Amino acid sequence: MASVTRFPTRASTAERMGDFTRHLRHNGFRVGVQETEMGLHSLESIDLQDTQDVRMALKAICCADTHSFERFDDLFNAFWLNRSVMRTQHEKSDIRKPDPSSFTNLSKFMSQQDTGSTGDAETPGNDNDGEADSDGEGKLVATEVVNNNRTDMRQFLLPEDRALAERAAHRIAAAIRYRRSRRRKAARKGAMIDLRRIIRRSVGTGGEPMQLLRRRRPDRPVHLVSILDVSGSMTLYARVFLAFIRGLTDVDQRSDAFVFHTNLMCVSDALRDNDTLRAVNRLSMMAQGFGGGTRIGHCLQQFNQQYAHRILGRRSVVLILSDGYDTGNAELVSAEMARLRRKGCKIIWLNPLLGWKDYEPVAASMAAALPHLDRFAPCNTLESLAALEWELERL
Amino acid sequence: MTWTNLKLQLADAGYVASNELAMAIHIALQLERPILLEGDAGVGKTQVAKTLAEIRKTELIRLQCYEGLDAPAAIYEWNYQRQLLSIRASADSGVAADAIESRIFSREFLLERPLLRAIQQDMPPVLLIDEIDRADEEFEAFLLEVLSDFQITIPELGTIAATSKPIVVLTANGTRDLSDALRRRCIYTHVPYPDRATELAILNAKWPDLPTHLAGQIVGFVQSIRKEDLEKKPGIAETLDWAAALAGLGLNDLTDDPVALQASLVALLKTEADQAAIPTAVAQRLAGVAG
Repeated sequence: MASVTRFPTRASTAERMGDFTRHLRHNGFRVGVQETEMGLHSLESIDLQDTQDVRMALKAICCADTHSFERFDDLFNAFWLNRSVMRTQHEKSDIRKPDPSSFTNLSKFMSQQDTGSTGDAETPGNDNDGEADSDGEGKLVATEVVNNNRTDMRQFLLPEDRALAERAAHRIAAAIRYRRSRRRKAARKGAMIDLRRIIRRSVGTGGEPMQLLRRRRPDRPVHLVSILDVSGSMTLYARVFLAFIRGLTDVDQRSDAFVFHTNLMCVSDALRDNDTLRAVNRLSMMAQGFGGGTRIGHCLQQFNQQYAHRILGRRSVVLILSDGYDTGNAELVSAEMARLRRKGCKIIWLNPLLGWKDYEPVAASMAAALPHLDRFAPCNTLESLAALEWELERL
Repeated sequence: MTWTNLKLQLADAGYVASNELAMAIHIALQLERPILLEGDAGVGKTQVAKTLAEIRKTELIRLQCYEGLDAPAAIYEWNYQRQLLSIRASADSGVAADAIESRIFSREFLLERPLLRAIQQDMPPVLLIDEIDRADEEFEAFLLEVLSDFQITIPELGTIAATSKPIVVLTANGTRDLSDALRRRCIYTHVPYPDRATELAILNAKWPDLPTHLAGQIVGFVQSIRKEDLEKKPGIAETLDWAAALAGLGLNDLTDDPVALQASLVALLKTEADQAAIPTAVAQRLAGVAG
C-alpha cells in the first residue's frame, strides 16, 4: 500500500510538483503556480528522504482551511505513495458534472401558469414594476386588498397577485438593502469630527480650526441572494415566489437568484431580463424538471462549492424559500447550512407551511436547518411576505 | 535549522508543539511567509507567537482584531493635539505656512500603530494578528497589502518600506470564513485539541510538582469531557487552570471528594448549560474512567 508511486515517465521534480498541485486542484483545492513554487522552495529546507517531512511541509503550503487540511493526507498518499488510489480519486473528482436527466419540464410548468389569464398574463408583472417604484408612502399592502391577502396563496393564483408579490419583493429589497457600517468615512454631515482633515485645513488659518469637517458611518449595500425551492411540493407557491424573487433581483444588479429541486441553477440573469416572455423562455431552456423531487442538502452543497466563495460576504443576506420537504439526507442539510453560516452571512428561511395552523417544523431537513437560521418566517400569504419588511429591517 | 530543532526549541520554551505545527512554523520561517493558525479557542494558537518571540529573543507586537478595526487603529495616526499646538506656536513666530505643514507632517508627529511599528524594527519582531476573523473584510484587504509588500504608504510622507520583515502569525477560530486571497498568502495549519500524551506533556511542563497519578487523571478527565456534548469545550488553558484549582484544594485523587470535584469544575466549564450537562454522577463516572 505505502510503496512509492512508480510514475510511467521520467520527469523533473518541478514537473512532478506541478502534477501534484494539478491533482489537488482536481480534488477541489484552490492551488496554483504559486503553491508549486512554494512547494519546491520548501523542499530545500527539509529532508527529502523522509516522506512524513515532505507530507507535512506540502500540507502546510497547500491547505487553506480545515476541510482541505483533513483531506490532504489521503490525497498525498494517493499521488505519491500508491498509483491505483490516485486513479480512483481522479474519477471521483468530476462530481460537479450536471445531471442531464433532471430539469425536464419547466416549459410545461410555465405554460400552465399562464392558462388562467388569456394570453397576456405576463404584462401585469411588467406594468407594476413602475407602479411599485412610484408608490412612495405607507407600507406594502393597501387596506382594501387585505382580505384577499389573507388567503393562502395556494387558493389564489391571479396575475394581480404576482404583481403584488413583486411589489412586496421591491419593498423588502429596499428594507434590507442598507446596513450600517462600523467604520467611518469623511462626510458632510456626521456625528464624529474628522480631525485629520481639520488640522490640514487649519494650517492656512494659523491653527484656528475654522471649518469643522465630519465623519460618519456610511450605509453599506446589502447583497441579497435568494434560493427558491421549485420542487413538486412547492409547485402551488412557486409561481408567486418566482415573481417575488424576480422583484428582489431586478431592482438591484448585485443581487443573485437561484432555483433548485434536485439540482441548483443560477437564474439571476434570466430574471433580470426586462422582456418577461423572453425571461420565461430562457428559464425554461435553462431548467427542466420544475416540480420534481427535492434534494436540499445536495443543492446547498452545490451552492457552497460553486458560488458561495465568489458571491457571499459578510454583508450578504441569504433568503431560502422552501417548505423543507426533502428526499435527500438531513445530515447533509445540517452540515451545509453550518458551512453557509460560516461565510458570515445572514440566513433567512421562508417556509410557506409555517403560516398554517399547528404546523411544526418536524420534517427532518427543516429541523436540521433550524439552528443555523437568523430568521424563520412564514410566507404563505402575501401579507406575511409584507410583514417581513419590518422583520428584515431589524437584521 | 531543521523542524525537529525548532520543535525542541519550542519545547524548551515550554510549548509542546505537534509535528505538523512545528513543520508549518519551520516552512513559514524558511519561506518568510505569514502563518495562519486555525483552531478552537484555547488550543494555544496565541501562545505560538509568544513562544516564537521568546526563542527568537525578539519583540512581540500584537494586534487584536475587532469588527470595525480601521487603518488609524492598525497602521498609523497623526498626533492631532501636538500638531494643533505646533501650528499655534509657529503662527506667532511668522513661519511660512508650507514650512509649518512640512513640519507637522513629519515622523515626529506620527503615532505608530502595530503594523507600522512591526515593519520598522531593527530585528525582525513577531507580529501577532490575533483573531483575524473578527475584523471585517476591508481590514483583510489592507492587511493583504502590508503582508505582501511589507511597506506602508502615508500620503503626507511617502512610502515607508520595511527595515526588517516581521514574522507574522495570524490566528482565527472560524467565526467566519477568511478570504481566499488571505489564505493563499499564508502557510496554513489547523491546531486541534491536543491528544492525551501531548496534553500530559504540557501539564508536566507547566506544573512539574503535580503528582503523576493526579496529572494522568486530570488529562484523562479533560480528554473524555471534550467528547461530551458541550457548548464550549475546555481548552488547554482551562486544563491548566483546573489543575491549579485542584492542587489548591489539596486533592490527590479525583475520586476522593465528589463535592470538591464538582465545585472545581467551574474552572473547566464556562457556561451554565455546560455545568448543567455535567452533574455529579457524570463527573464521577468520568473521574472513574480517567482513574
